[in-house]
Amino acid sequence: MAVNLGPFQAAEGAGPGRRTFLKTLGIGAVAASGIPLLSACTGGSGPAPGASSKSLTFGSGSSDEVPRAAYKAVTDAFTKKSGFDVVTNVVPHNDFQNKINSYLQGSPDESFTWFAGYRMQYYAEKGLLAPVDDVWEKIGGNFSDAIKKASTGPDGKMYLVPNYNYPWGFFYRKSFWAEKGYSVPATFDELTTLAAKMKADGIIPIGFADKDGWPAMGTFDYINMRLNGYQFHIDLTAHKESWDQKKVSDVFDTWKALLPFQDPAALGQTWQDAAKALEAKKTGMYLLGSFVTQQFTDPAVLADIDFFPFPEIAMEGTDAVEAPIDGLLLSKKGGENQAARDYLAFMGTPEGQDAYAAVDTSNIATAKGADTSKYSALNKKCADTIANAKYISQFLDRDALPAMANNVMIPALQSFIKDGSVDVKNLEAQAKSLYAAQ
Amino acid sequence: MSTTAEKPASPNSGPTAGGAQRGTAHASPATAGRTRKKSRKVRRLSRRDKIVLGIMVGLPTLIQLLFVWLPTLASIGLSFTRWNGLDLADIKSAGTENYEFISQNYPPFWPAMQHNVLWLAFLALIATPLGLLLAVLLDQKIRGSKIYQSIFFTPVMLSLALIGIIWQLFYNRDSGLLNFLLGTAGTPQAVDWFGDSNVNIWAAMIAATWRHAGYVMILYLAGLKGVDPALREAASIDGANAVQTFFRVVFPAMRPVNIVIVVITIIESLRAFDIVYVINRGTNGLELLSALVIQNLIGEGQVIGVGSALAVVLLVISLVPIVFYLIRTFGKEKEA
Repeated sequence: MAVNLGPFQAAEGAGPGRRTFLKTLGIGAVAASGIPLLSACTGGSGPAPGASSKSLTFGSGSSDEVPRAAYKAVTDAFTKKSGFDVVTNVVPHNDFQNKINSYLQGSPDESFTWFAGYRMQYYAEKGLLAPVDDVWEKIGGNFSDAIKKASTGPDGKMYLVPNYNYPWGFFYRKSFWAEKGYSVPATFDELTTLAAKMKADGIIPIGFADKDGWPAMGTFDYINMRLNGYQFHIDLTAHKESWDQKKVSDVFDTWKALLPFQDPAALGQTWQDAAKALEAKKTGMYLLGSFVTQQFTDPAVLADIDFFPFPEIAMEGTDAVEAPIDGLLLSKKGGENQAARDYLAFMGTPEGQDAYAAVDTSNIATAKGADTSKYSALNKKCADTIANAKYISQFLDRDALPAMANNVMIPALQSFIKDGSVDVKNLEAQAKSLYAAQ
Repeated sequence: MSTTAEKPASPNSGPTAGGAQRGTAHASPATAGRTRKKSRKVRRLSRRDKIVLGIMVGLPTLIQLLFVWLPTLASIGLSFTRWNGLDLADIKSAGTENYEFISQNYPPFWPAMQHNVLWLAFLALIATPLGLLLAVLLDQKIRGSKIYQSIFFTPVMLSLALIGIIWQLFYNRDSGLLNFLLGTAGTPQAVDWFGDSNVNIWAAMIAATWRHAGYVMILYLAGLKGVDPALREAASIDGANAVQTFFRVVFPAMRPVNIVIVVITIIESLRAFDIVYVINRGTNGLELLSALVIQNLIGEGQVIGVGSALAVVLLVISLVPIVFYLIRTFGKEKEA
């Protein structure tokens, strides 16, 4: 952004480099003791509260090319409308997520990108975020109840201003399926039958990639919700339900029927690799979020992509959809800057979301009244799926304690993919210990 | 020296030995006088000297305390607590629960221990001897020796990210060089070098060897240059062949370097981290203690108690070679 840095902001701008360096040092020293020490050092150097501030800082973890340009479009539109400058700090998204603890305790930007679900509620509960009920008074009418609920903290106050979400489902190439005579399965049995047919035709039925560990959680979540229902998913991830019970082992048993049809090379490839395999018609379908379409740069391929929800298994049809919501939060310090509140309010309007969606077309705007005229047929289908869903889940690693998702479920799911075995007793033992530590 | 001088020659020692001792006895008062004079001189330090000395000793001590001892002790302390890493008031005592957790309930822990041992064996039996071999070969006055040295040493200087990319080019399942050479690229038989948990630890260790051998090579090259050429000459005059000269004469003469290399190899295998981390962050068959420490201490999945307990386990294991090294070093000083 072309922003004139005043002397104060210039000093601010110089800050992060030094602080990041110090933090890295602290991390390098084996002990975690560095973290509170360093946060104590950096605590005082945050932006001074100024109600008349003409600018705000915005930390963005959207570092990929398309989302990055999309947020730039939003900040530009906001600056044009309000006259406030937005200083954006873009951080590679993995780093951004990994360093969120020290980031929020150090001197975070006033507004920043984050997720709905447990991942947001946890920091809200710890008092590291500023509630934005006043903003929601202005923008509340733009959102459905399901989304409003997902943006609420554990204390009943509003924290998140949603930008977009994206549904998870099976993506496939229409032309390929038409050529082979495949049809969309409505039930799990139909899905396995179809997969067996594809396997006989010499293609890998279901694309799969789990080198990064998290994509397999989508399969787990869907089988869990289709078997045991949305509420069980929420209770399980919040550890109100035990992992050591038949309902959980049933999920893995059901998954075992699908495992032979999923790409056996899953553990060595990333979702980008798997997306390429789908594009090349090496795999028949691929269960992922709609962000998969970011990989299809050829418009002809993109137009050929279609989507169907995870088929029905047992109890609730296809009522629940996994559609993680991304949006903006205010840090505690950001709560004192009216410009930052205005920026969040802008993000919650159809106007702000249109600015984003004009650049990043792989997601679905959450605000009612956002421009859907430019939606592709696929986007419309995604939007309908979300709009018609009774329940919106956020994904295992957003609904559960991060330590549970990252330290326990990633190795457990990877070893399940490897040999089809899982020790639910051990999952429960680990969950007990980790949830107790919070 | 003075003690021997005061004692009379022992009855069973020969006349020559006794004579020599008497000789030293005569010399000793003069030497003692000289040292006393010297030490008086040393004690007369000016104010400035004291300040300079104070800074030179104090500053490193302070840095050592602040960046080594404090974190180490804090880490040991935290390993007996439960803490979410946010507010100091949230620290709760947990006894030995974290240690019970990692040894009984944490599935990656024991594979990580095994992998660290495997890593050590591989570096010690393959990478280090390879480095020694390279050093010996390059020590022969072959043409372009400097160029080879640079080439073999380059991996040591490369950044983590670059290493990841380089090895990806070799090991990639569909387009990697290795599967291409094996003729399996693009077929279902293609080996998934990074994804298959039966082979990825070996793939990672070969990548580690590629770095470690260069490092060992440079150290041994310096060691070989330091060996007195007269020793080789004497050996060849005595009729030793090249192999005998090396193993019986040159290699034992490099004892100080050998000890350093043993310690480096052990420590490298304990802190092995970067290569597995760029491959898949140390999951799926690539578990290593260091990667588990990072996983549990840094990032969203932060569980400080468990991470600290893992770090303490790593610390205790690392102490073994360090203590060994210190005993050897100080033992030698006493001998001298």
